[in-house]
Amino acid sequence: MGVVVFPGSNCDHDAYHVYKEIIGTDTKFLWHKEGSIGDRNIIILPGGFSYGDYLRCGAISRFSGIMKDVVRFANKGGVVIGICNGFQILCETGLLPGALIRNENLKFICKTVSLTVENNKTIFTGYYDIKEIINIPIAHGEGNYFCDDNTLSGLIANNQIVFTYNDNPNGSIKDIAGIQNVKRNVLGMMPHPERASDVTLGNTDGLKLLRSVADSVCI
Amino acid sequence: MFTAKIIITLRKTILDPQGKAVEHSLQSLGYNNITDTRIGKYIELKIDAENKIEAQNTADKACTKLLANSVMEDYQIEIIKDGEQN
Repeated sequence: MGVVVFPGSNCDHDAYHVYKEIIGTDTKFLWHKEGSIGDRNIIILPGGFSYGDYLRCGAISRFSGIMKDVVRFANKGGVVIGICNGFQILCETGLLPGALIRNENLKFICKTVSLTVENNKTIFTGYYDIKEIINIPIAHGEGNYFCDDNTLSGLIANNQIVFTYNDNPNGSIKDIAGIQNVKRNVLGMMPHPERASDVTLGNTDGLKLLRSVADSVCI
Repeated sequence: MFTAKIIITLRKTILDPQGKAVEHSLQSLGYNNITDTRIGKYIELKIDAENKIEAQNTADKACTKLLANSVMEDYQIEIIKDGEQN
């Protein structure tokens, strides 16, 4: 497991904690200036405000030293998960289609929301039931997923929509909360499973996701 | 040396909630003849180029590569040769 740290990442330690201490996998931080992901076999792009969200969320991080290697890794089939700001970065790199724009109500929304697992035949969601309802926190100002009609038809036809909101908080098209790429090795989602993976915090609905990925790649 | 004046706005097909909120506020001030309020970004930069076309091409590439995201944004570029009147 490799958790990329950009200047402004703030969920990097949460992801690291869950993978290292709760799931118990070999986990390392990867500083954004490194040119290579090294021996890491799963890459997490964590939440936060990389580069202060300057220009557009994720626009500048996309050109970070390590991102070139992350894109190479993903194009070869390597597993990459982008959470919140990580999802925004994945859209900016083009590893995932569409873009995340300002929430419809213009507010930064920080609360736990109810999601539906729309596709459980993925390496990310294999431990959930299809249509399982889970509660995961969101914390974003730009989480309103947008794509054009052609892209949306493609997402639906290829079963790329992984999570939807049950009570759409931000205006996302088709209530989309998380999508995967066509090759099914890259996941982007606005909700934070790493904030719902420790019993101490009272909610472990996100743990199955993070564990599922670790098990499918590390076994 | 040229100056590029770049205006980036959300694509017309995308609802601009910020523009809507501002327009609502303007209307509450009595400006009922104002519509279609769109909020965007203004970027100004200097380009060292041989001529206007080269400067335009550089600015265009900068927009497609980094400054604008074509999924959601449109951009307009105005190139002005330094020393010339706008």
